[in-house]
Amino acid sequence: MKKEIAGASLDVNEEGYLTDFAQWNREIGTELAKEEGIELTDDHWQVLTFLQESFNHSEPLSIRGIGKRGPVSIKQFYELFPEGPLKKASKIAGIPKPSSCI
Amino acid sequence: MSTNEKAAVKKMLLILSKATLDNVYACFILANGARMEGIEAEIFFTFFGLEAIQKKKMERLHVATVGNPAMHIPTMLGGLPGMEGLATSMMKKEMEKLDIPQVPEFLEILSASGAKLWACKLAMEMFHLEKGDLYDDLDGILTVGGFYDRAKGDGTHLMFI
Repeated sequence: MKKEIAGASLDVNEEGYLTDFAQWNREIGTELAKEEGIELTDDHWQVLTFLQESFNHSEPLSIRGIGKRGPVSIKQFYELFPEGPLKKASKIAGIPKPSSCI
Repeated sequence: MSTNEKAAVKKMLLILSKATLDNVYACFILANGARMEGIEAEIFFTFFGLEAIQKKKMERLHVATVGNPAMHIPTMLGGLPGMEGLATSMMKKEMEKLDIPQVPEFLEILSASGAKLWACKLAMEMFHLEKGDLYDDLDGILTVGGFYDRAKGDGTHLMFI
């Protein structure tokens, strides 16, 4: 599927996740966040960068991992990306939907 | 509003009545998973389920090796001294590999995720427990009626574990 955003044409899956991280940039991230009703702050960007780095190192993402190794606490993570933080943040970060149950 | 939105799960109320490790984890993973999906989650700890939030007991919960056909060991062997401990430590090792936290840390994650944790008033009286015996970040002590009060609203589901 194709999606037009921030002047670019992106490849996305049926749930709206980018299928090619190389197509992502900060402007696209900002626009994707707006679609989720989120105005990105520095804290948001720190989390997004952490998720992207973890993804690039093929490290599985989990809520526990955010709390242990991430830049914010689990509580802050839920506050920054309300209602499904890991899914939402991954979508904005341009990485695949996490398959973790925890 | 589409039919799908009408039928969506919005809140999970889980009742934990047992303290075998497998039941406790099933309950915690369902509650945490709900929060990860943006679904509200609350747990009502009653009867033996209270052991999962007792400071003195929460780190020493066991897998049941007797009366558990899925263990695939003869019931008589399951009752031998040390069998429960062995099965439990094996299970904990496997869980750590999957990044599943132990009970005290899991409770902290649930609290931080916004899940609500309630102790059953009647069961506390039955086991002579005080608030101080329980996990510090508990959201409170409720009667059954008080718990049902929390079930108001569309898309609420109750589950007994």
